Amino acid sequence: MDFNSFLLMRHEILLLAVLLLLVVAEVFISQYKKSSIVHLAIFLFGIHTIIGFLKIDYGSLFGGMFHTNALVQFFKNVLNVGVFILLLQSGDWIQEKIVRQNGGTEFFILLFSSLLGMYFMISAGDFLMFYLGLELSTLPVAALAAYEITKRKSSESGIKLILSAALASGVSLFGISMLYATSGSIYFTEIIEVISSNNLTILGFVFFFAGLGFKISLVPFHFWTADVYEGAPISIASYLSVISKGAAVFILMILLFTVLKPLMHIWENMVYIIAIITMFVGNLFALRQQNMKRFLAFSSIAQAGFILLGLITGNQLGTTTVVYFVLIYIFSNLAAFGVVQAISLQTGKENMKDYEGLYRTNPNLSLVMMLALFSLAGIPPVAGFFGKFFLFTAAASKGYYLLVFLAVVNVTISLYYYLLVVRAMFLRQSDNAIPYFKSKIYMRFGLLITAIGILVLGIYSPLYDYIHELSKTIF
Amino acid sequence: MDILSLFIIVPIITILVLVFTKNLKQARVVSMVGSLVQLGMAINLVFAYFKEKSIDDSIMVFTKDVVWFEQFNIHYSIGVDGISVALLLLTSIVVLAGVFISWKMYDLPKEFFISLIVLSVGVYGFFISIDLFTMFVFFEIAVIPMYLLIGIWGSGPKEYSAMKLTLMLMGASAILLVGILGIYFNSDANGGALTFNILEIAQVNIPFEAQKLFFPLTFIGFAVIGALFPFHTWSPDGHASAPTAVSMLHAGVLMKLGGYGVFRVALYLLPLGAIDWSWVFIILSVIGVVYGALSAIKQTDLKYINAYSSVSHLGLVLFALLMLNKTAWNGAILQSLSHGFMTALFFALIGMIYGRTHTRDITKLGGLLKVIPFISVIYVIAGLASLGLPGFSGFVAEMNIFVGAFQQDDMFMRVATILSISVIVITAVYILRVVGIMLMGPIKNDGYLKLEKVTWYERFGILLLLIPIIGIGVAPLWLSDMILESLDPFIKGLL
Repeated sequence: MDFNSFLLMRHEILLLAVLLLLVVAEVFISQYKKSSIVHLAIFLFGIHTIIGFLKIDYGSLFGGMFHTNALVQFFKNVLNVGVFILLLQSGDWIQEKIVRQNGGTEFFILLFSSLLGMYFMISAGDFLMFYLGLELSTLPVAALAAYEITKRKSSESGIKLILSAALASGVSLFGISMLYATSGSIYFTEIIEVISSNNLTILGFVFFFAGLGFKISLVPFHFWTADVYEGAPISIASYLSVISKGAAVFILMILLFTVLKPLMHIWENMVYIIAIITMFVGNLFALRQQNMKRFLAFSSIAQAGFILLGLITGNQLGTTTVVYFVLIYIFSNLAAFGVVQAISLQTGKENMKDYEGLYRTNPNLSLVMMLALFSLAGIPPVAGFFGKFFLFTAAASKGYYLLVFLAVVNVTISLYYYLLVVRAMFLRQSDNAIPYFKSKIYMRFGLLITAIGILVLGIYSPLYDYIHELSKTIF
Repeated sequence: MDILSLFIIVPIITILVLVFTKNLKQARVVSMVGSLVQLGMAINLVFAYFKEKSIDDSIMVFTKDVVWFEQFNIHYSIGVDGISVALLLLTSIVVLAGVFISWKMYDLPKEFFISLIVLSVGVYGFFISIDLFTMFVFFEIAVIPMYLLIGIWGSGPKEYSAMKLTLMLMGASAILLVGILGIYFNSDANGGALTFNILEIAQVNIPFEAQKLFFPLTFIGFAVIGALFPFHTWSPDGHASAPTAVSMLHAGVLMKLGGYGVFRVALYLLPLGAIDWSWVFIILSVIGVVYGALSAIKQTDLKYINAYSSVSHLGLVLFALLMLNKTAWNGAILQSLSHGFMTALFFALIGMIYGRTHTRDITKLGGLLKVIPFISVIYVIAGLASLGLPGFSGFVAEMNIFVGAFQQDDMFMRVATILSISVIVITAVYILRVVGIMLMGPIKNDGYLKLEKVTWYERFGILLLLIPIIGIGVAPLWLSDMILESLDPFIKGLL
């Protein structure tokens, strides 16, 4: 193994370099210009994101523990873009709130280590690497959720997240150990050959699935979601619902479609039922939410249910549609959270009622929010429609018409509560509407990227073809 | 650029220009110019169509096909036959009239016209699509602006009506989605590739079991927007709360998507399912026809009267489509067109009356013929057209429908036909009742003695809609020839 082969881990190494550079840089930044660490972090991460798109080799390292292919690399880039937008959207918040608490650098270090964990998780070649990645991606987020030390709710949310995450990864590990017990190996490539549907394997699989279902916040493992989102800083809620969920969906998909494919007759039914209850629970609970963060929390639970429609297929069509949907979902949800963030930062208001009359005072923010919500609801011509349509097509291709029917019923339910926000912003007029304000440049740029993404990603079909091409590589 | 894509591109350009307008004056001029260009294109298309049809004998002319999503065989595929040409003409006229009627839209004018034109993009796109996916996309684009249009600029319980309308229509389109996917995954029954292209699917014999399963989904999905009986409840509330131009566009054009979709997708692609299921939907549509007309008798709000009359008239369209023969179908399409012009005219007039008297309650109005004669006379004409007086478009349409319906010779069809014919009498009752109470008789309120004269833009909007009503009534042959010729390939699947 020569030095060159380390370049397969380019994403990881670069991110680590960014992380270390930030640590060093903090020493050299004077006391009075602390907020420049934010500019530096965004700049460095931007470069990291761009370099990520350069061509790279694929292969395995460390005897198969670390494994990359075109799809994994692509997905790392997707995560990068997501985190980059997230950084832009939260840049002002970090400058105003976090740097004053002397926590600017630590914030980035924690965030980037979590992202590093996700890189390792999605390019894992065995269960050990997978588990390490899972832990590394979760633990820093718990610290981040508790980051607003002046708010009690924030600490509460941190504790809730760490406790439930610890339980979930414990359960997951228990499942992994059972899988090891039956197959005698932790390497994915070896497990595929020996796995069979005996009782212990199935039990192990169920535990393992529960652990991951927790990260994706599938019902019935969703109870932490709303509480944590509500208490955590908005950037972190956004991170949890977009990046963290996206990565977990991706690795779950890879594992189901490759390693656990022999158990398909088992997990097919499981996914079928969980998809239905996840959609219904997420949507029905979202109906009555007043707090925007809780609202988006339940909406993101429901979206996870829709994603399962692509997972149920177990073939290339499913892979493509899921990755495509997650990509679009990242943009849509980041846009929604971004607007919530902008308003919350300016006024401290987070309830749907505060949004009344927003269009007449802040038309641009309202339009971005409307685009985001329409995309989440799946209304053409914005991207979310295409994502959902193709997920449904994937499920229908296997003959799950009933499931698709229930999903479209849910789309209609979800449309109701998405329109509630549109109603507040556009239809209502209010005397104490949020007055006009102009966000800082980072926020505006961050929202602009998401809005363009929402408008373009769906209609631009070569993107779908590209992902389809890539998704061959996992089979 | 091909002649059909322009129907989508011109409105989009209009929208882009509208984004930069600053006030009502600019916004309405831009919208008017845009809609005028559309109308010019639609008229040009009629002539071009006749010319093209004389040399090209295929089902759809001016076709264009661009691959969109290759993996799913989704194409941006467009083309027109006589039916879509006629409906495009209807749309462009109603949109232009709607712009004229909204000449004084002071509240958020830019946004109003943008939403209006987004809606028209959806409608135009829907009528020219021959790819199910593209069609579905445009269908939803046409529906969603209604929420804002009713919710922001409406009156009365506007939030409730807007939400009800949007959820029912989007719910229907969600059901339709399942139907479309069902058709798509059965489109390889002859061994070909999966396709969304309507003309290609029509060549395939979709298995009977699948047709039976997916016909009701597709039919209901489209028919909800065509006010099929138990699912019509969105329509009266929606119409009553919507601002004038939106009611016009909605009843005049948007509800036509239902009948067109049923005809183009449900009946054409799933003929065996249609024969199997038709009795259920015939019963529903007859109930809709009679029930709508009877409800209209009892209403006192002008908009509700007209909304229920729409339920009745469009029920007749669905009824005629389900008769599954050429004459009735010809009647259905003519009825769609005639109702489109008529009801748009009605809503425009109601808007003008409401704008002057500030009430839509007919019991409070009276003697309007003496104070606003122009509006009142046109109202009488529209009413006469609506109850099917010879010489107007309504007569031609209903005549065709009932002649077609009587060609079915079993007992069930006869009973259904006779029941729905009774609606001619009921229509006369509610139309003449309104005319009698509102236009004749004493003036009930002194304030009504001095009402504002009709302005030039109102006149213009009215005439735009009146000319086709009389035109179709007096000289229907060129139109019904155009339609009949286009019906041939569609009826074949059923014989």
